[in-house]
Amino acid sequence: MEQAKTIINARAEKTAELARRLKAKFADLISEPEEFRGEVSLKVADAERMPEVCQFAKRELGFDYLVDISSIDNYGDDPRFTIVYHLYGYGHLCYIRLKTEVGEEKAEMPTVTTVWRTADWHEREIYDMMGVRFRGHPDLRRILMWEGYPYFPLRKDFPLAGRPTELPDVAFTEPAPMAGGPFVTIAGGKDTIAREPRVRIPETDALQTNARLERRRDIKEAHGRAYGPGPIEPKK
Amino acid sequence: MADVRDIRFKEPMARTAEALGNSCSTDGELEELHGDKMVLNMGPSHPSTHGVLRIILELDGEIITKATPDVGYLHRGDEKIAENMTYTQFIPYTDRLDYLAPLANNVAYALAVEKLLGIDKQLPPRCQYIRVICCELARISSHLLGVGALAIDLGAMTVFLLTFTEREKIYNLCESLTGARFTTSYTRIGGLSRDLPPGWVEQCRKFLHEVVVNIDETETLLTRNRIFVDRTQSVGVISKEDAIDYGLTGPNFRGTGLDHDLRKTQPYLVYDELEFDVPVGTAGDSYDRYLLRIEEMRQSVKILHQCLDKLPGGPVNVPDMKIVLPPKDRVLTRMEELIHHFINVTQGVNAPLGEIYFGHENPKGELGFYIYSKGGGTPHRLKIRSPSFVNLSILSKLLPGHMVSDVVAILGSFDFVMGECDR
Repeated sequence: MEQAKTIINARAEKTAELARRLKAKFADLISEPEEFRGEVSLKVADAERMPEVCQFAKRELGFDYLVDISSIDNYGDDPRFTIVYHLYGYGHLCYIRLKTEVGEEKAEMPTVTTVWRTADWHEREIYDMMGVRFRGHPDLRRILMWEGYPYFPLRKDFPLAGRPTELPDVAFTEPAPMAGGPFVTIAGGKDTIAREPRVRIPETDALQTNARLERRRDIKEAHGRAYGPGPIEPKK
Repeated sequence: MADVRDIRFKEPMARTAEALGNSCSTDGELEELHGDKMVLNMGPSHPSTHGVLRIILELDGEIITKATPDVGYLHRGDEKIAENMTYTQFIPYTDRLDYLAPLANNVAYALAVEKLLGIDKQLPPRCQYIRVICCELARISSHLLGVGALAIDLGAMTVFLLTFTEREKIYNLCESLTGARFTTSYTRIGGLSRDLPPGWVEQCRKFLHEVVVNIDETETLLTRNRIFVDRTQSVGVISKEDAIDYGLTGPNFRGTGLDHDLRKTQPYLVYDELEFDVPVGTAGDSYDRYLLRIEEMRQSVKILHQCLDKLPGGPVNVPDMKIVLPPKDRVLTRMEELIHHFINVTQGVNAPLGEIYFGHENPKGELGFYIYSKGGGTPHRLKIRSPSFVNLSILSKLLPGHMVSDVVAILGSFDFVMGECDR
């Protein structure tokens, strides 16, 4: 038990020292360390300089592992979003938390994927859920929601019950690479026997596709959306 | 007749380079022979993706040149849900994160909230021991599935049946402990929903004696199995640098030879009083990850034996009625307890202003909860750092250069859960 206490104290000192070094390097950019439940948080005043701070933390202070990036929506406050970085070092086994703020109009900041590769998916998730864009990100697409989804669900002004949206036509975000080809089954249609590639004839394929599109249009006219409470009778 | 190309380079990256080189070739004849690259859509409903992971593979022949994982098919918005309910109400949702080890998630979440409340060091010893037992049972359960599923994906059906027989026993233990087999919701903020039922310790001991035999049998079937070894060794090799850079955790991280286990480095509960080893791999391939899980199960059995031996008596909840629900008989007879009960149920535990991050060594890796509280009974923001989500992000780097059949071996050895990945 005593030993555990000494370790915890040594860690706390080490964390404080690392925070001091970070503060010494960037002076006014970094706020005074705040401590809560043994965890140290630092605020970075300018989100634009985040990669620089992270690079220093990784190279000089040994924070080689980016645990997590999360985002907070301070709805009603300005700046609206807080981006929170959790850093950890495998050498010294200390955590540190960096926070920075991004305004609603801009909703953009530079990426840290250049520092840690793991930031890739974390940043995509923040973009998907909060709508904060990361400049320089190699592949900033939605990750949990589908491409083309119009809202940012974790924002505080998005209701818990959700909002109705158009669903994409098929589960894919874009046509499958070999769709329409001779060896590919057609999604939807009558039954698996009719869709089976070996029995299909190209002309009937086209007819079927047209019939499906028309039917979808009918459903949309009847219900105001492409998916509905159930099938409707096709037009005579 | 087209010539038959064989694999001239064993190194995956060299194979990719070769494949890419061929497709860019200006030689007309070669072009005709090798043709276009093909895109193969694997998942979201594919038995070896263990859930609803979708990977878009770009293939040159049978060699993968590009892999794009696509997640989110099981997205339920757990983080949004958490912002709209009390801390206690969210416990059942944690069952549905890593649904193969719900007990471990329950413990991780409870510890995170307790850290926010500042009571994580005041938990009664009995509670701490029971929580460790829960975590380690969950680890065995999860690893048994991981090993069994890897084996069945590679064609070894017997192992799957063996490991699932043992998992069934763990589920029986869960059932008598919590009342549910899968959706355990066992922990509460500041304690547990109930104490161990009578006779449970003996049942657990009996299980531990049986599971060791089972693990040995599994090893007999797999560890020196020529087919299994051929399909997993040198497949999906992760370097130490990549493991850190991509933020891998858990057995996938330790498989590379790096030694980091939150139970040792950031001891929580009573892990610092228990004796166990943290196994590490050497090569970082699929085979190492398999061996590591086997050894971790043995260590978990060791921990469980110690816990059952040392299990202290006493209460399982913190003696603070503002955090845990008061006993029912007192609620019905006393004013004070009635008020606490009412406030606790309707408004939740009154958390202080502040923010905490708690990382827990789950069977799959570091499950972290970041809670940002503005006071009151609900979190302003609750972020779940799930190990499966982060572990999967390395796939686009790891898969190119491998054959399609290797994908199965790699995914199986990664042992991810989409419920946790998509949240």
